[in-house]
Amino acid sequence: MRIFEIAAFAVRGLTANKMRSGLTTLGILIGVASVILLIAVGNGASSAVQQSIAGLGTNILTISPQRAQPGSTTKPLTTADAAALVGQDSPDVRYASPVVSAQATAGYGDTTHDIGQFIGSDPRYFDTTNSAVAQGNLFSDNDVQQARKVVVIGATVATQLFPGLDPIGKSMLVNNIPFTVVGVLAAKGSSGLQDADDLAVAPLTTTQNALTGYGSLTQIVVQARSADALPNAQAQVTTILNGRHKITGTADYRILSQDQLLTARTATTETFTVLLASVAAISLLVGGIGITNIMLVTVTERIREIGIRKAVGAPRSSILGQFLIEATLLSLFGGALGVAAGVIGSRFTIAGIQPVLVPSSVLLAFAVSALIGLFFGSYPASRAAKLRPIEALRHE
Amino acid sequence: MSPVIEVRDLRKTYGSGDTAVHALRGLDLTVQKGEYIAIMGASGSGKSTLLNILGCLDVPSGGRYLLDGIDTGEFDEEQLSLLRNRKIGFVFQSFNLVPRTTALANVELPLVYAGVRRAQRRERALAALELVGLQDRTHHRPNELSGGQQQRVAIARALVTSPAIVLADEPTGNLDTDSSREVLGILDRLNAGGRTVVLITHEDEVAAHAMRTVRVVDGRVAGVLV
Repeated sequence: MRIFEIAAFAVRGLTANKMRSGLTTLGILIGVASVILLIAVGNGASSAVQQSIAGLGTNILTISPQRAQPGSTTKPLTTADAAALVGQDSPDVRYASPVVSAQATAGYGDTTHDIGQFIGSDPRYFDTTNSAVAQGNLFSDNDVQQARKVVVIGATVATQLFPGLDPIGKSMLVNNIPFTVVGVLAAKGSSGLQDADDLAVAPLTTTQNALTGYGSLTQIVVQARSADALPNAQAQVTTILNGRHKITGTADYRILSQDQLLTARTATTETFTVLLASVAAISLLVGGIGITNIMLVTVTERIREIGIRKAVGAPRSSILGQFLIEATLLSLFGGALGVAAGVIGSRFTIAGIQPVLVPSSVLLAFAVSALIGLFFGSYPASRAAKLRPIEALRHE
Repeated sequence: MSPVIEVRDLRKTYGSGDTAVHALRGLDLTVQKGEYIAIMGASGSGKSTLLNILGCLDVPSGGRYLLDGIDTGEFDEEQLSLLRNRKIGFVFQSFNLVPRTTALANVELPLVYAGVRRAQRRERALAALELVGLQDRTHHRPNELSGGQQQRVAIARALVTSPAIVLADEPTGNLDTDSSREVLGILDRLNAGGRTVVLITHEDEVAAHAMRTVRVVDGRVAGVLV
């Protein structure tokens, strides 16, 4: 009795009931594909976040206000704080840009657009955030001093407000205040969680005048002389700010380096990936239960057939072999289709995220589906193969 | 010449304790080569149990069963399946063909498990189907065949391995008169060709085809009519 003959029986068994075989394959396919795809999406999101933070540069410190402990007072971060950070007491700080941000609605003609981030800062902000200009110019220190109503817009804002037009020199209304567009930034792409091109940058003074008022700054972005000088710069900044804010206990501000920012954001996206992976694991489990169920039904309703085969002299090994091959073929076929679907699906952008395949997830999903199919196919088959022929024949 | 079937003090008990059912209570039977035997008896007399044990589909609880001089009591499951394949052709009342599979593939089935090569298998299966008059139905599936035709496929499957004995458990029980006559005619021809045939029946007309009728009552042989 050659293995080839048993395999032929298995193939005939599968093709004899195409509907059932097809549905089983589909169940495995969906389970495997969703595991691969969801893990790829989570992975893609976190790598996009990492890239956008890595783009900030390694010599940057971000200072933001932080609510102090109850009982102590909180002083706002001011333009004066930012100015004080550059001087003789801080030789390792190259410069410090004060930053305010606001929500704003921009309009041009009949078109309006809610800008994701409206930022007020100085020209060095473009340097620290690695923003290059694609069209026109950036604004200058002179624009900041004179509080001119000029604005540099991101690529998304340009396409939304000025479709097919050259935005340079146009007058755009921001919360009904006219601003002249002087430049358009080069597109950076989506970081997965937010559109990095949906922004507009105007001089700090103008923004405070028109939009935010003269309260606390949102951030002070500090650039150190070099990446190696970053720890010294951080110490100097802390000393200066502690002195100015008269801090004795917990500080009312927070300093984050790019490394720390990366750690914080990575932790968030990891949670996201784990969430997606657990959803995927559940779908694989449900798929597995589907396989189990169909394998059990397949074997049970064919116990008579097993009896007939045994009555004409089939040894136990060939019965077991036939059902094992059937289960293996179903699992491998469904698993392979699932891998194909997952790999193809991960080439498309899903919800603004470019998925990044994790090879181990492909292997894992495939192996789990194959093992589930094999185990739950072989268990009832081995039980049926052990029956005496007459018991199997009498089975209803 | 040694008998094809020799059964001594055969016992079969289902269940245990108070609920035990004694289907066979020390049955003796000898069948010589080339004989045609009919087994008769009321339902519950143990005749089907006897035939299942003779066909190695079931194992006895006690006693000895020698098939072609071989003591089957010493055989394990693998050896019994070999025995079923080489020495026994079994015909069931309910045909028991593999569903969704052609007549030819059904007849080839025992040869596949016997390890016969494809070309030779095809040739022998076609010859067996011709013997039962179904050479023009080789690619029909069981649900496309009448009851009589299905039973003839089953007989072709039983004799394709040239077994030492053909066992038939009420082969005409589910058939109309015409089909019954055809099936019995085939069994007559097989026996005339030297094949040993043992069948179970309720009907005296069927038993009349046999050389000898064995009556089974309460798990024992009650009498032999020649």
